[in-house]
Amino acid sequence: MLNGLWGGMILLSIVVALFTGNIPALTNAAIESARDAITLCITMLGIMGMWAGLMTVAEKAGLVNALARRARPLLRFLFPDLGRNHPAHEPIATNFIANILGLGWAATPSGLRAMQVMQEENPSKDTATRSMRMFMVINMSSLQLVTISVVAYRMQYGSANPSEIIGPGLVVTAITTVIAVAFCKILDSFERKGR
Amino acid sequence: MNWILFLSDMIIPVTFAGILMYALSKHVPVYDNFIVGAKEGFFTVFKIAPTIVGLMVAVGMLRASGAFDILSGLISPVTDYTGFPSEAVPLTLMRLVSSSASTGLLLDLFERYGADSFLGRFVSVMMSSTETVFYTMSIYFMSIKITKTRFTLAGALLANFAGVMLSLWITGLLYP
Repeated sequence: MLNGLWGGMILLSIVVALFTGNIPALTNAAIESARDAITLCITMLGIMGMWAGLMTVAEKAGLVNALARRARPLLRFLFPDLGRNHPAHEPIATNFIANILGLGWAATPSGLRAMQVMQEENPSKDTATRSMRMFMVINMSSLQLVTISVVAYRMQYGSANPSEIIGPGLVVTAITTVIAVAFCKILDSFERKGR
Repeated sequence: MNWILFLSDMIIPVTFAGILMYALSKHVPVYDNFIVGAKEGFFTVFKIAPTIVGLMVAVGMLRASGAFDILSGLISPVTDYTGFPSEAVPLTLMRLVSSSASTGLLLDLFERYGADSFLGRFVSVMMSSTETVFYTMSIYFMSIKITKTRFTLAGALLANFAGVMLSLWITGLLYP
């Protein structure tokens, strides 16, 4: 999909520049953007290195698993259909915790496994269950506490206080997650009544 | 509303302290693991560097061509009416589809308006509190061949819309 998008963006820019007379600016923009991209990556090396280092310490200490175990009561509230001790609980909790900590590489495999485990008990294999819906909507509502990459980008573009957006981001993330849960819970109760 | 900015200042030290105290109590060699992880962090940046070059070039060319100005002009009647910044519309839509392409647009907004402008702060908060809905949907549901998703997309889009609007609201509240 990015093939069409990327190619389309560049071709569109050339066509528009031909009409607006911005061809010289376009050439400069191409060269300067390529340089800026690498300057940005050099800034990111430091910040991403620091954060990934810290997160590796957390992972190796077993923090993800410890937090996932604590999440059991919450999972019973979110996924009543799964019962008390369901095999999907573990990958779901790992996925949520990894998302909260911003460990993308740990979040995707556990998320896919959670979907697989839930699919095994699904009576109609082409239709999402209530639990899958809840899992997916929470997942897509954004859970990440600290989006360190945005902090790095802000630093590169001269922000006086790059990390000032973490707090507001956290508040918005919390509210959207509550909205996601409420949406699924309300939909669940409507579907039950409709039957 | 000072507590929200206090949270911004506190979260990185608290994360460091929490993780280090937990790891030290488990007798995990913290420094050695930090070094291993930092190295992996470098590789992550190396891996995404080509996509950043590719997308920043495409977005930079698109901006220089004047296409964004034309687009802003086209949608400004609608955005002026609602009070939504028209410059942020391409990013808001791209955010749903592709993480790397939306990063390109984010950086372009930083370059044009500054990271500390109202727009820069708003899109920073928005990028931190939304996800690439369409990408995630397709990856997860395709992996188990589910086609009927029972309003999952509606729920995700609602959460995304709320995230965008709340980001705008909270930025206005903190930086009037």
